[in-house]
Amino acid sequence: MLELTVNGTVHQLDVPPDMPVLWVLRDILGLTGTKFGCGRALCGSCTVHADGQPVRSCVATVSALTGKHITTIEAIGATPIGAKVQKAWLDLEVVQCGYCQSGQIMSAAALLADNPKPTDVDIDEAMAGNICRCATYQRIRAAIKLAAGAPALVAKGNAS
Amino acid sequence: MSNTQSDSSLQPVGGDRLRVAGEKPSAILVCARRTLGICTTLSILAASLASTQSPHVARDSVLKPVSSFAAIKDEHARSLALFLEASKVITSPRCMNCHPNGERPTQGDAMVPHQPLVVRGPAGFGVAAMRCSTCHQTTNSDDARVPGNPAWRLAPAFLAWQGKSLGDICRLISDPTRNGGRNAAALVHHMAEDSLVGWGWHPDRGRRPVPGSQKEFGAIIEAWLASGAACPR
Repeated sequence: MLELTVNGTVHQLDVPPDMPVLWVLRDILGLTGTKFGCGRALCGSCTVHADGQPVRSCVATVSALTGKHITTIEAIGATPIGAKVQKAWLDLEVVQCGYCQSGQIMSAAALLADNPKPTDVDIDEAMAGNICRCATYQRIRAAIKLAAGAPALVAKGNAS
Repeated sequence: MSNTQSDSSLQPVGGDRLRVAGEKPSAILVCARRTLGICTTLSILAASLASTQSPHVARDSVLKPVSSFAAIKDEHARSLALFLEASKVITSPRCMNCHPNGERPTQGDAMVPHQPLVVRGPAGFGVAAMRCSTCHQTTNSDDARVPGNPAWRLAPAFLAWQGKSLGDICRLISDPTRNGGRNAAALVHHMAEDSLVGWGWHPDRGRRPVPGSQKEFGAIIEAWLASGAACPR
């Protein structure tokens, strides 16, 4: 049996050690907020935190993340930074279809935890692994800045 | 796009080279020669462009054993030959991709800019929310085609290899004042035993491994250093 700690709860799992954590989260634990977008660490939809660091759960195996504290989108709002990010996302109506946004929020929260006042370049470099087919990128950028304490520079739902 | 062939010299062929001294060619002949010259130039340029997308060293899959160089009696010549054999490893995309000239690694045999955008960061492990380990795990993810190693990172900026001639790379890695303070023993250890270096011989499925084995490479580096660490011009 393998052990995974997810959102503060320790789970005993009868799974192969090389099973991607994403499969465990969605299929076994029922935490479907984390999405499968590509299965190849190319889109970022599967982003979770392991000991506070973002990781693509579609390639991270159970054996690799055993012993780490995994946080998913379901629990990020319980952290102060996660809560600010989610509020900014709502205030600016960042979301369009929503599929990528769990991963976007997880990456944004990790960025702000490490760098409370990111520049545009910092945001580019931190968020480059999270792609959005609806192209909400400008609202994501604005929401990160809003969560970082900058005034809202865009109207709700707009990009400029 | 990186060019590891910076010491190559291109000689475009033009119509003038085909003219016999003193002869005045007909207009049609001049036109034909210039067209041929243009076509030749274009094909040379195309070949050069293709070659800049991959290392110019032959893609052997084996490394010659150190013993095979004993026949070269001149020490300098033997040392040079050993380095040229080692360069089959050094110029492999598996190594070159993480010794970029700039902040951004390249990927694949074509050594195109890494997608997505990733940068070296302050210590070579990436930046906030986009560390190398965000995607690259401790082992290869074959199904996902994502290579992995516990130490996945970029070489430091002062060890940029892309865009340098073999001679310049040689002089860089053999100079302790420029290679991060590595003396001969430390250099041999890095080349022969470092696990991230060793990944090059065991990449994920679909990626061409570095020629030979890490042990053979280490032996060649050791013999090269012991014979004076000669470098090509």
